[in-house]
Amino acid sequence: MIPAPFRYIAVTSIEETISALTEYGDEAKVIAGGQSLLPLMKLRLAAPTVLLDLAGLGIRKIHTEPAGSGTELVIDAMATYRDVAASPIVQEHAPILARAASLVGDPQVRNRGTLGGGVAHADPASDVSCALLALDARVVVIGSNGEREIAFDDLFIGFWTSTIAADEVLTEIRLPSARGIGWSYQKFTIRSQDWALVGAAACGGRVALASMATQVIRARGTEAALAAGASLADAAALADEGSDPPADLRGSSAYRRHLARVLVADALRDAAMGSSNRH
Amino acid sequence: MSLVGARVLRKEDPKLLAGRGTFVDDLSPAGCAFATFVTSPHPHARILSIDVRTALAMPGVLGIWTAADFSEYPDVPGGLPQFERPALAIDVVRFPGEPVAVVAAEDRYLAADAAAAVLVEYETLPFVSSITAATAPNAPLLFPHHRSNTVTSVPMLDDAERELAKSYGRARLRLTNQRCAAVPIEPIAVLADWTPSGLTMWATFQAPHHLRNYLATWLDVPQNLCRVIAPDVGGGFGAKIVWYPELFLAPLLSKWTRRPMKFAQSRSEAMLQMSHGRGQEHDVEVGYAKDGTIEALRLIVSQDLGAYPDPTGLGLAVLTTWMAAGCYKIPKVVTGFRNVVTNTTPIAAYRGAGRPEAAYTVERIIDVVARRTGIDPVEIRRRNFIQPKSFPYRTHNDAVVYDSGDFPAALDECVRLLDLDAVRARQAASRNDPTAPLIGIGLSAWLEIAGFGPNGSLEGFGHLASWESTQIRIQPDGSAIVFVGSSPHGQGHETTFAQIASDELGVPFDRITVVHGDTESVLQGVGTMGSRGVPTAGSAVKVASQRVLTKAKRIAAHLLEAAEEDLEVESNAFRVRGSPGKSVSWGDVAWASFQPLRLPPELLAGSLEERLFQESPNFSYPSGVYGCVVAVDRRTGRVRIESMVLVDDCGTVINPLLAEGQVHGGVAQGIAQALFEEVVYDHESGQPLTSTLVDYLIPSAPDLPSYIAGRITTPCPNNPLGAKGIGESGAVGAPAAVVNAVINALSPFGVEHLDMPLLPEKVWAAMQPGAIAQGQAS
Amino acid sequence: MNFAEHPKTLVNVDVNGKSVRYEVEDRTLLVHLLREHLRLTGTHVGCDTSNCGACTVLLDGDAVKSCTVLAVQTQGRSVRTIEGVDGPFDGRSALQEGFRQCHGLQCGYCTPGMVMASTALLAENPDPSETEIREALEGNICRCTGYQMIVESIRWAAEHGSPPPNGVSP
Repeated sequence: MIPAPFRYIAVTSIEETISALTEYGDEAKVIAGGQSLLPLMKLRLAAPTVLLDLAGLGIRKIHTEPAGSGTELVIDAMATYRDVAASPIVQEHAPILARAASLVGDPQVRNRGTLGGGVAHADPASDVSCALLALDARVVVIGSNGEREIAFDDLFIGFWTSTIAADEVLTEIRLPSARGIGWSYQKFTIRSQDWALVGAAACGGRVALASMATQVIRARGTEAALAAGASLADAAALADEGSDPPADLRGSSAYRRHLARVLVADALRDAAMGSSNRH
Repeated sequence: MSLVGARVLRKEDPKLLAGRGTFVDDLSPAGCAFATFVTSPHPHARILSIDVRTALAMPGVLGIWTAADFSEYPDVPGGLPQFERPALAIDVVRFPGEPVAVVAAEDRYLAADAAAAVLVEYETLPFVSSITAATAPNAPLLFPHHRSNTVTSVPMLDDAERELAKSYGRARLRLTNQRCAAVPIEPIAVLADWTPSGLTMWATFQAPHHLRNYLATWLDVPQNLCRVIAPDVGGGFGAKIVWYPELFLAPLLSKWTRRPMKFAQSRSEAMLQMSHGRGQEHDVEVGYAKDGTIEALRLIVSQDLGAYPDPTGLGLAVLTTWMAAGCYKIPKVVTGFRNVVTNTTPIAAYRGAGRPEAAYTVERIIDVVARRTGIDPVEIRRRNFIQPKSFPYRTHNDAVVYDSGDFPAALDECVRLLDLDAVRARQAASRNDPTAPLIGIGLSAWLEIAGFGPNGSLEGFGHLASWESTQIRIQPDGSAIVFVGSSPHGQGHETTFAQIASDELGVPFDRITVVHGDTESVLQGVGTMGSRGVPTAGSAVKVASQRVLTKAKRIAAHLLEAAEEDLEVESNAFRVRGSPGKSVSWGDVAWASFQPLRLPPELLAGSLEERLFQESPNFSYPSGVYGCVVAVDRRTGRVRIESMVLVDDCGTVINPLLAEGQVHGGVAQGIAQALFEEVVYDHESGQPLTSTLVDYLIPSAPDLPSYIAGRITTPCPNNPLGAKGIGESGAVGAPAAVVNAVINALSPFGVEHLDMPLLPEKVWAAMQPGAIAQGQAS
Repeated sequence: MNFAEHPKTLVNVDVNGKSVRYEVEDRTLLVHLLREHLRLTGTHVGCDTSNCGACTVLLDGDAVKSCTVLAVQTQGRSVRTIEGVDGPFDGRSALQEGFRQCHGLQCGYCTPGMVMASTALLAENPDPSETEIREALEGNICRCTGYQMIVESIRWAAEHGSPPPNGVSP
């Protein structure tokens, strides 16, 4: 299928991006890697008339910064999934994110798709958003009112909907180093290339779930039980508390709830042992 | 050295690997325009109005046409009178995706824009999207003049109740062979160029002559002015022998716009517009003796035809009932079926076409009997097999006489390759270890009807005839061009048929070219379907080549002044046995064959050309035994195939590499049906839920196992090659092997049946306390 | 927004080592630039949701699905298609020859995408295991072969492809 016509603008600065977003309003859409947006446009489920390509902004770096007594990992929005998965810095400071990024889509999608684009798309099945939520990450957005940070806990408000304003653009993802903290990302799919039927991320007492609501969510019941000293198994049994999983051809809500408990149990066990590469 | 039986590398590959293949959408003649459909979003609706004004005014639009513009043309060729499908919907749409208007524009982008701007007003009608809904009392009717959605049926003449009642035990299953989509990776594409010299049409199609025959009639042009070419065809699997509207509309649009006109489906269009397959519901019951001998079988089939009866769609249930007894000697077999229309995409042939459904059902029910009687699934099959000495074997249907086979030998080989005892030991251990996956072992002893070639066998599906044709042309230098009427879509005809011709003619493989797929150059043809390529076209090539050789020997003998019977062909030359120096090359013979002064008096110039229409006295019956080992995750229900053993008997094998490739591909589709794929409609809205490859779950490489292939060979007595055909075997045999393995893994939970596809949740649910498994028998 | 004329952009891109300048509609997909405008029809289209991988090409050496990249996004970059692959095996690369030797193709429609995806794989991992090969091809669908012979084809290439002098493609 063929996208509806649009005007393509390869923006060269954040300021230009923001002024274009302000000028065109709802008609404009930012394109990063395009791996979520272009399929929707081809099916004409999305039809922006102005497309602002961030590729020329040169925001594809990954680095660390000192933050207080610790270290903060800073990933530019246009770093690809492959960049993130292969980055020694990410592997050191947020190995769960490297792992989650390595499981997105397929190699071709990971070569194009970006961390910032994936996060901004606000998909409830996003592996990386799930991991970033468990990592207590923040996004940096810049808009006509300047720059601000949004914690992942406050970022998503519904299906494909975030608190990033229409005139704001996501430029960075920042997170505290999780070096040395036990972690695990568990992803259950029917086919290898599928979105997560359920995904579960555990890192340092925070547990997050993909595909268990209209957005990625934290498994608050599990986290509270862990904080109260419950056994891993007992905590995992509460994984679906507060979730509202969708039902579709791949699985019912009840099955997703069951999978969440299973995957969280595995994630907690592996995280307790240090780290994990299981899936 | 014989090439038949050798792993010869393919002639087709170098160009395809270089990106130099020619698929229809690769062609773009000067001035080529692009056409696309406006389609129905509703399962069933009355068309109130179609407003094309906005769309017509859009840039690059050449024209927009609706049904009224084609009123002087007939409906597209259908399977049943009064249920024909119009090329564009007239007044009523009957499935989501049915074309209601067609747009032509300068390119595919502008055509898509214009199609989106055509405004169609509908009044929705009640719909039926399943056999159950379609056959319910007072169901909405697709064709009100018929007063029923059951368009045809063949009732049982005898319900076998007497034999079933007498049996020691009875087992009954209700099962569904779900609707699948063939999904050749190349969707439907057509390019028509109607010039003052006539029509040339390129179509991705399995049977170009068949299309030519119907198209010329439909257009009311003589066939000499109607040329159809099937260039490289990117897979077919049965879905490219169906009368799609664009096959008929493309030429008219080309004529009216005076432009070459191309249609090329996108995948999301193809998922709704390309025919689906399978879609059967079975009610099967057997009566068995205490020793597991099956004494009677009753099979009642309901076939979902989709919205319009397709000629092959109507034949599916026939083939299923013919093959109901599989490899087994069952004294009493009764069958009946009905064909039902629903507000869904039409159903037609899909790899196996009626036979996978039969094999699946008989192999499922025999496992149920094994379970009930406590007899080993290997042993119960052995006890019921038709024995090797019983061929030809007459079945419950007069049309079906099995040709040859050795089912016990295939079973033994499968058991050996499975290393069954070791697997069973692992299985026993796994059952006692709650952390280990559950191991399951499944067998499928299958048999299918193939080699569609006997007179009358394809005419019922609307084909001109059932033979296949060849023409062997010897060039003046002794190289050869072999024309065949069977046009491939990945099978490797150019290689296989060259192997056969090379062996018979003594002409080197590299000096033989096989030509197919063009109605202007190829004599006549029927098509590639029903595992008939090698048995029919291959046999034609063999016999025609022999006849050419006979005449070539006569010329060689004349040139050498030797007796024909003293000649042998070796290394591209004719030699006189016992006289080492006395020989003439194939090239010299061929050269002489065009020079009347050098020919023996009874031969004319050009007589080294042979044409043949090869008929077959009977079908062929490929068979085999497949074995599958699965590991089922107790916590999630996920099924992983640990081992897939494939023992085939396709009679004579021309090229083991290609034969194995055919088996692998069919098995992949069979595993996919067992574990992943289903076309689903939402019964509340009638909407398709699997209209992209995001939702229609075709497996990719990590989702499928390696295969262990074995082989036994019992030649087919009904054709000169002894070949049975191999194209559909894998798809016929694999589903039951996989499902039987999963059900076997779940046997500690009392599960006797689960319908395909065995998605993880279904398997998981069956293991939950208090789960009521489907199809638990009476 | 209604465009009097659909917006167009002049794209400069290196395709198979040749510099190409082409004015395309902004919405033109890379695969259509290649197929329709440059007439490089070896790259195929098998779906519209980025699932099948038939359209895989290399963009600056990385495998991408050219149906999910805009032509304008390749501005100043380099694209390699199946037509740009060659090698010492009678003009074929070790991978192309592997597919021929091991019957890794039947209808041939998905094949260019398979070859490009596995070219990228071998550039990164010259000696992949069966599992690594299968995982690397998770975004490519073949409906004919059942994949085993494709896996064998790539193993053949890994075993027969001498390392290229510049260390890039096999």
